[in-house]
Amino acid sequence: MFSILRTIWLTFLHIFHKTETIEYPEVKPYLPPRYRGRIVLTRDADHNERCVACNLCAAACPVDCISLQATEDETGRRYPEFFRINFSRCIFCGFCEEACPTYAIQLIPDFEMAEYDRQNMVYEKEHLLIDGEGKYHGYNFHKEAGVDMGVKGKGEGKNEETPVDVKDLMP
Amino acid sequence: MPLEIMIKIQIDGKEYEVEPKKNLLETCLALGFDIPHFCFHAALGSVGACRLCAVKKFRNAEDTKGKIVMSCMEPVVEGLIISTDDEETKQFRAAVIEGLMTNHPHDCPICDEGGECHLQDMTVMTGHNYRRFDFKKRTFQNQNIGPFIHHEMNRCIECYRCVRFYRDYAGGKDLNVFASRNNVYFGRLEDGTLENEFSGNLVEVCPTGVFTDKTLKNHYTRKWDLSNAPSVCTHCSLGCNIIASERYDSLRRIMSRYNGEVNGYFICDRGRFGYEFVNDEKRIRKAEIRSGKTEILTEVDDSTLFSTLKDTFTANKKVIGIGSPRASLEANYALSVLVGSYNFYHGISTKEQDITKTVLNFLQQSGIPTPSLKQIEKADAVLILGEDLVNTAPMMALAVREASRNKGKEMAEKLGIPAWNAHPVMQVAQDAKSPIFIATPFKDSLDEVAETTFRGNLSDIAGLGFAVASALSAEAPTFKLTDKDQQSLAEKIALKLKNANNPVIISGINCGDEQLIRAACNIATALYSAEKKGVLSMVLPESNSMGLAYLEGKSLDDAISLTEKEEIDTLIVLENDLYRRATSTSVEQLFDRCKQVIVLDQLTNKMTLKADIVVPAATFAEAEGTLVNNEGRAQRYYKTIVNKNQVKESWRWLAEMIRIKTDSPSVQWKKFDDITSALIASNAAFAALKNYFSDADFRMLNEKIPRQPLRYSGRTSMHANVAVTETGIQPDIDSPLAFTMEGSHANPPSSLVPFYWSPGWNSVQAVNKYLDEPNGRMKGGDAGIKLIISVENAKTTYFKANIQPVELTKGEFLIVPVYQIFGSDEMSSAASTLSQRIPEPFVYLNPKDAEALKLEADELIQLEIDNTILKIKIRTEASIGLGMAGLSVNLPEMPFVDLPGRGKIYNMKVES
Repeated sequence: MFSILRTIWLTFLHIFHKTETIEYPEVKPYLPPRYRGRIVLTRDADHNERCVACNLCAAACPVDCISLQATEDETGRRYPEFFRINFSRCIFCGFCEEACPTYAIQLIPDFEMAEYDRQNMVYEKEHLLIDGEGKYHGYNFHKEAGVDMGVKGKGEGKNEETPVDVKDLMP
Repeated sequence: MPLEIMIKIQIDGKEYEVEPKKNLLETCLALGFDIPHFCFHAALGSVGACRLCAVKKFRNAEDTKGKIVMSCMEPVVEGLIISTDDEETKQFRAAVIEGLMTNHPHDCPICDEGGECHLQDMTVMTGHNYRRFDFKKRTFQNQNIGPFIHHEMNRCIECYRCVRFYRDYAGGKDLNVFASRNNVYFGRLEDGTLENEFSGNLVEVCPTGVFTDKTLKNHYTRKWDLSNAPSVCTHCSLGCNIIASERYDSLRRIMSRYNGEVNGYFICDRGRFGYEFVNDEKRIRKAEIRSGKTEILTEVDDSTLFSTLKDTFTANKKVIGIGSPRASLEANYALSVLVGSYNFYHGISTKEQDITKTVLNFLQQSGIPTPSLKQIEKADAVLILGEDLVNTAPMMALAVREASRNKGKEMAEKLGIPAWNAHPVMQVAQDAKSPIFIATPFKDSLDEVAETTFRGNLSDIAGLGFAVASALSAEAPTFKLTDKDQQSLAEKIALKLKNANNPVIISGINCGDEQLIRAACNIATALYSAEKKGVLSMVLPESNSMGLAYLEGKSLDDAISLTEKEEIDTLIVLENDLYRRATSTSVEQLFDRCKQVIVLDQLTNKMTLKADIVVPAATFAEAEGTLVNNEGRAQRYYKTIVNKNQVKESWRWLAEMIRIKTDSPSVQWKKFDDITSALIASNAAFAALKNYFSDADFRMLNEKIPRQPLRYSGRTSMHANVAVTETGIQPDIDSPLAFTMEGSHANPPSSLVPFYWSPGWNSVQAVNKYLDEPNGRMKGGDAGIKLIISVENAKTTYFKANIQPVELTKGEFLIVPVYQIFGSDEMSSAASTLSQRIPEPFVYLNPKDAEALKLEADELIQLEIDNTILKIKIRTEASIGLGMAGLSVNLPEMPFVDLPGRGKIYNMKVES
């Protein structure tokens, strides 16, 4: 008996609480920055594509909804020739973001992706690539890697010595 | 040979019976233990450089402390007690990897080796995962080492495998080690193309991403994303096993597929980089029909094509078919059924057909075995008659190189040094080599392993051969050379062959001289009848030359002379560019005398431009087929690309034509198994195929064998741009393989292995899991079945020596063919990267002859041979005899020239 009255009382008190329900779509909900919504491809601080087409996101994807093809520019810098995500299959698990070694692929707090036609859920690179760095600022993979891809020369990376002179006899 | 007595050793407390004379690492790998290793490669032996394969060895059962030893340098001996998972050993290995990783760059995402990297595998296997070294990484500048291989030296871990393969195994000169200590640099003295014919194997030999496939880089795909199929190389007669890999409907790369009897771990650069023709713009992908007598070929759909073919076959009575030595057995057979074996022509010259038949008959009836490449590797004396192996059968040249080292191994064994202990064996051997004799018209890179080389024209070489045979056995036709030095050389060769345990005679039909073949056969016969040993290997021109010889048919010359007599209604040409096999006048005459010409081919060429109906045929990557290699080994390739557009297998097109022509359901070849069973029933020689190849109903654990690795990505997205609704798995009614990642990933039968993978082993080193032992047989036996079975107690017959002395008129030269590894094969020449390596057509001329004609190197000359006039550059070549010239043949721009022959050479300056 007491528990029933207590429940009625607690429910009654809710009349005076702040409402949790919001008037979507007139009012937008707050989503934290790390919310796993729409997937984007970001650029580095030099405004170049961060994606190096390593295929790790595609390999990590549990529903196999990412496909891409690597290609190279004249400096040898690798980038995706096409990058396709089939959002009608995506489960927004964020594994692709976790797998990405360059912070290129990121999930953002945007979930409004509904479409009438399923074909429109297929996003190509032009739909995915944004102009900014997304959540992670300052990282440029090409400065860390040992390969010369037009960003830095051999031995000019953060953690590199100048290239060995093969003809040098000094110990 | 008596069976080796097995010995007992103890690993991790368990007893195993193992073969003696091996090293501990290969023994452990054969037993299935995952011992990390870098520098050890079963084909190259052990050097103990990387220190990764450490295990703990105990003195006896009471010893609990033990000591760490390198398993690759430890011979297995009776009573050996070791531990592979001892804590101290594990720490040791992790420390080795940690050391190697201090300089390894942060490259994996952009490294082509990523996902199939031996270093990645070993790092995970040893457990090293966190970089404690705070200092900077050493860097190197890269080199441009040619169109085939990309060089990224920062990734090097100094295992020395590349130079050990390139220099010590393949005989290359232009890759070396420079500098010292942790600065050692593997590269060339200066930028430039790697010259060796086997440079592509560096991609597989290198355990990291220093050497990667540059052609793959153009359309890079990770190993886990490739859809693969077991295939057979179609670029020469040896039939090396390959893995062909596809992604997004294009062929991405070729890797070697292990076959203990044929190619082992390696393939040549022609085989590895010749694949690009499959993706070429010149590919015929739509059926085309010429409307009336116009110049224009119009693309048509299947129904129009079939109705045109129906009209053709109803109106026309006389139909003949020309097959091809580069088409599969099934395609050739289907054509011979379509036109009737009486109207079936082999599509090779009478001369080539006759010599091929001589070879086949000899191998079938003489009782003399023909060796696999593996057996050639084990030879202790080799005689090569007339064949330029490096350019016509590159992997055989590599096998001969391996054979040359057997002498050193034998010397080392006498000192108690096992053959796998690579460095001491080299030290003991110094310059000692097994006796190898090379008799060819001009020098090639294999000469350096020869004890003696013999230079002369083809008759001289054949004469030498007959003299050797005569010296070997009194029964052989008596033949003595007039030149005393030559005669004593012949006697020396005979003696060395006689004294050897495994002598091998190698010859081939590419130089087009029947006397030479007969001489080689006589030597083998003499050796075999006198000593009951010796094997004979014959190199043939193309991938299915041997298979074609099994089918009944006439030659191309017969077809041409037939058209001189009567007019033909319809001519069907199967995958054969006749302009490469006969003069353009005779081919054009053939065309003129045939009312209608139907050509089935893969690439646009002169033939397809002249044909009335062009039918798009599938390449080796899009079809199933059987090829018979030079030793009579039938091997099957499977499709890796799903056929798109109208491209279909040639046999399928021909089966369709049979249906249209006969209009009866009597021949109904719906799937590959239907035609193979018809083929097997047609000829008793093919009976052996029946139980050997798995048919399409073969299942492993109730499932087909997946072509794709478990990690295959992008299934729900790769075709989503076309239609987001997924079409499902493409069915494959022709083979036991499936276009999917789903299915049994257990080891399939050796002829059906689509790729190598095993848990923890993502790199090509996973191949060890598919072998009985490293460098041994595939589990369950190597792929392929030999159709030639040596008959017991065959009658000894000799060919008669018929050597005409060569007499040249003034200004006349004996012209011999010169083959090129890059360029002389038709299909690989169309590969865009490989075509960069094709030389300009040239003529070899002795410098003295050149001087007499007042010619300098690289000068244009006029060559007249059989009414053909060629303007061509000369190359002075001191090794070619006086009065002889070597003409580069089969290069893409070269017209057909019937060689060997006689021709005249003019200095164009003098003429003008």
